[in-house]
Amino acid sequence: MTVISSTKNLEALSFTLIAEFDADIQRVWQLWEDPRQLERWWGPPTWPATFEQFDFRPGGRAGYYMTGPDGQKSRGWWHITAVDAPKRLAFDDGFADEKGDPVEAMGITRGTVNLEAISDGDRTRMTVQSTFESEGQMQQMVEMGMEEGMKEAVGQIDALLAEHSHA
Amino acid sequence: MSEAELDRLFQALADPTRRDIVRRVTVGEYSVSGLAALYAMSFAAVQKHVAVLERASLVAKQKRGREQMVRGNHEGLQKARRLLDEYEAIWRQRAERIADILAEG
Repeated sequence: MTVISSTKNLEALSFTLIAEFDADIQRVWQLWEDPRQLERWWGPPTWPATFEQFDFRPGGRAGYYMTGPDGQKSRGWWHITAVDAPKRLAFDDGFADEKGDPVEAMGITRGTVNLEAISDGDRTRMTVQSTFESEGQMQQMVEMGMEEGMKEAVGQIDALLAEHSHA
Repeated sequence: MSEAELDRLFQALADPTRRDIVRRVTVGEYSVSGLAALYAMSFAAVQKHVAVLERASLVAKQKRGREQMVRGNHEGLQKARRLLDEYEAIWRQRAERIADILAEG
């Protein structure tokens, strides 16, 4: 079991997920630091993410789009507020218009990621915290291929396993 | 949930005092004056916060004698909870995808 706990705070509209992975902390950090690896898991299979801009440092910005089943694009941005490799990352995450400019009215999600080496460094514990700011924002995230993503997650896992057996 | 309902819900929960009120009245019933005694603000200001929460269907008000009693509105809270559940599912899926990539070695 990868996910060991998740906690929802309804009043504060915040969410915490703790997961443990069979890999060292540097390897898990790469999945955040390298946009090509990040793209492989950020979006669900029906809404894969493509990062066009990725300035991974405090104050840096990232711009991405997710492509839906009918080819529609939904754009988002990150504003990275803290990077302490390989342990801590903090960023604001929001929606963007067609030009990639932030849509302020949609609100911002504040996220922090903490990585911790466990089991003598063989494994890594990842704690993700998200706090929502405002209206309709969570709804839109959820709408972006969420239900379809659930159904197709199995397909993606199979594809990754097949890829692994060829490696 | 309609867009207008969602807007009201998120706006209602965007304020720390209102979140605190929701937290308290979900557990037990409070009068508006009882709530007002808890915060460093006027009775009218607290009454306003309660009204915002009531419009967002997060709390329900009931008159008892001369007091207005405030309780959590479970149906409204349920909607917010459902959205958080769905967001949780997104992150659980992400964690699973990360695990799959790591399993490739």
